[in-house]
Amino acid sequence: MTQTTFSQLLYLACGAFLLAAVLVLWRRELAAIVRLFALQGVALTGIVAVLAAHERSLELGLVAAGIAGLRAVLLPYLVRRALDRAGPGRETKPLVNVAASLLAAAVLTLVAYAVSQPLIALAPSPATRAVPVGLAVVLIGFFVLVTRRRALSQVVGFLLIDNGITAIAFLTTAGVPLIVELGVSLDVLFAALVLQVLTTRMRATFGHTDLDELRELRDA
Amino acid sequence: MSFTLLMLAPVLIPALGAVTCAVFGWRRATAWIGVACAAAVLAAGVVLAAETTLTGPRTSLGGQLRVDALSAFMLIVIGAISVLATAASPAWLRTEITAGRANHRSARWHSLLVQAFVAAMALAVLAANLGTVWVAVEATTIITAFLVGQRRTRAAVEAGWKYVVICSVGIALAFLGAVLLNYASAHAGAAGAGLAGNRLDWAALAAGAHSLDPGVTRIAVALLIIGFGTKAGLAPLHAWLPDAHGQAPAPVSALMSGVLLSVAFYAILRVKVIADAALGVAFTRTLLAVIALATLAIAASLLLAQRDYKRMLAYSSIEHMGLLALGAAAGSRLALAAVLLHVLGHGLGKAVLFLSSGRILQVTGTSQIGKVRGLATRQPLLAGCFGLGVLALIGLPPFSLFASGFGIARAGFAEGLGWVTAASFVFVLVIAAAVLTHTGRMLLGPPPPSDAPATDPADRGAVNLALPASGAVPLLVGLTACAALGITLGPLQQLLHSAATLVGTP
Repeated sequence: MTQTTFSQLLYLACGAFLLAAVLVLWRRELAAIVRLFALQGVALTGIVAVLAAHERSLELGLVAAGIAGLRAVLLPYLVRRALDRAGPGRETKPLVNVAASLLAAAVLTLVAYAVSQPLIALAPSPATRAVPVGLAVVLIGFFVLVTRRRALSQVVGFLLIDNGITAIAFLTTAGVPLIVELGVSLDVLFAALVLQVLTTRMRATFGHTDLDELRELRDA
Repeated sequence: MSFTLLMLAPVLIPALGAVTCAVFGWRRATAWIGVACAAAVLAAGVVLAAETTLTGPRTSLGGQLRVDALSAFMLIVIGAISVLATAASPAWLRTEITAGRANHRSARWHSLLVQAFVAAMALAVLAANLGTVWVAVEATTIITAFLVGQRRTRAAVEAGWKYVVICSVGIALAFLGAVLLNYASAHAGAAGAGLAGNRLDWAALAAGAHSLDPGVTRIAVALLIIGFGTKAGLAPLHAWLPDAHGQAPAPVSALMSGVLLSVAFYAILRVKVIADAALGVAFTRTLLAVIALATLAIAASLLLAQRDYKRMLAYSSIEHMGLLALGAAAGSRLALAAVLLHVLGHGLGKAVLFLSSGRILQVTGTSQIGKVRGLATRQPLLAGCFGLGVLALIGLPPFSLFASGFGIARAGFAEGLGWVTAASFVFVLVIAAAVLTHTGRMLLGPPPPSDAPATDPADRGAVNLALPASGAVPLLVGLTACAALGITLGPLQQLLHSAATLVGTP
């Protein structure tokens, strides 16, 4: 693969990765949000696959396959299953409306570019120049987490943060040590399972999964 | 080979204990497995501490595990507090089962998860690699999530949700920090050649820290400290702590407050060593001093009007974590020795308090401070333990928190953090006054007239039983240990000194 094709493919995958995160802010149907999250998993797989092809690394190729299995299939399936049990739902009253959310996403992307300058300066290359995209997805994930009121949207926000961090890990140094990557994937999987169980319990005790109802515990 | 087994023992024995609990369920015999496993962790910690003071740090399992004075000390802390918490568990669970709030199935889950929790914490302090530490700390979140939400009431589910979301997100920040540190060490240049291959290894990172890029390392360190600080109950992401500690079963609250917070703080200490070598001491000192002040201010403001005694204890844990952060900000060897002693003293004292608060909850059926009155006349032994625990907590001699708090203050003034230290100890005084007032309302005065145990026996269960011996012994042992540490450190002196030399600036 020539250097130009490599950068173009890499940036295409990164673009799709960021776009999926922004569209999560735009859609209100929880089912659509889960689909977008799966799409983002595919884009993340694309990023890792392009890097693997560029470095001609079989190990990285296998990691890409693992990421596809976990982030494009298994995690979206788990979230989807929790959603099916809850019945169709909409993000009815986010704290920040859609237009303002999209503007915030633009600002967060700018912030990500500003903050990651030292990261690019350390080792300029096509891959590290895409690091701000990963950081932007982390920040957008945070934004989803604090402004969305449905339990499942918050789960997706958490998983967006995690996708963003994984992207940064691969864009900076072609990944962390394999044993760590394995442990991290397992932890994320279990966290998603725990959140799914809690969503079920929440519906059993509260009747629904609107986090505005979480008002039992507060001080004074 | 035998040394590898010795190093694996603190992780493997509780893991085996968890499997045993899963297979055999909740029985009279298995109830005490937890104590045996915790005692084994403590024994392994003591042996490892003796070994490392003789021979220095040791690695095993191809460099995946590493033990030095600091890890050995943390193992002793984990072991000691787990012994207290697991020894009090059978009595606590039996009362819960009698009262119908638990059954044999949930008791089996409880014992299983507590053992897995201890194993994960032991792994976190023994791992040689920042990535493995991260995995182990996140594993503790996942394991304890079920323990926090065990009772399935509205409040418990809410606490469990907040706990998992806030801790997972906070710890995700730490992972981002680890990723960036990995990036910096991959590009460390010729001087960092030792970093090749094990780019997240604590020892290699500390040795090659001067060759890390300062720009990237600064971002990484800030993320790591805030991320692990979330799990340690430090501001700004501390909000999960009072809810989780308030809703978790009493033995689990004791473990979370006494050890989980300190294990996360241990990771901060390791990061600080790397940061001090790469960036100079000023960066982490400023960051930790700001975090310490914010944490203490939050704890003080929310303790003043606290109405729930379990939440009061939780905010007091936040306060003590703030003090640890202040000590780490000072950063001298004296400060770090005091910080480590504070970790042990606070763990013991807080374990006693959470265990006795669990018993108070079982006896009175309420977690409201205002509704527990005159406990001293109804339950003198329990009230005495709780009262003495509170006195230990606010740092009265002879308890060891007096010596360690004093050491932190002295180090703070000596290291040029005069104003920060002075402000911090104003907050500490306010907190001490608030905690004493609340405790006085609980323990003293006449018992409430409505204290008729027979009003609803099904709901209150065996409420007016005296404290059983197996519930009282851990409380007394914990208080005695905390007081003994305040009088003499004995062989721990040498260990604390070696551990503080590892992480403190000269």
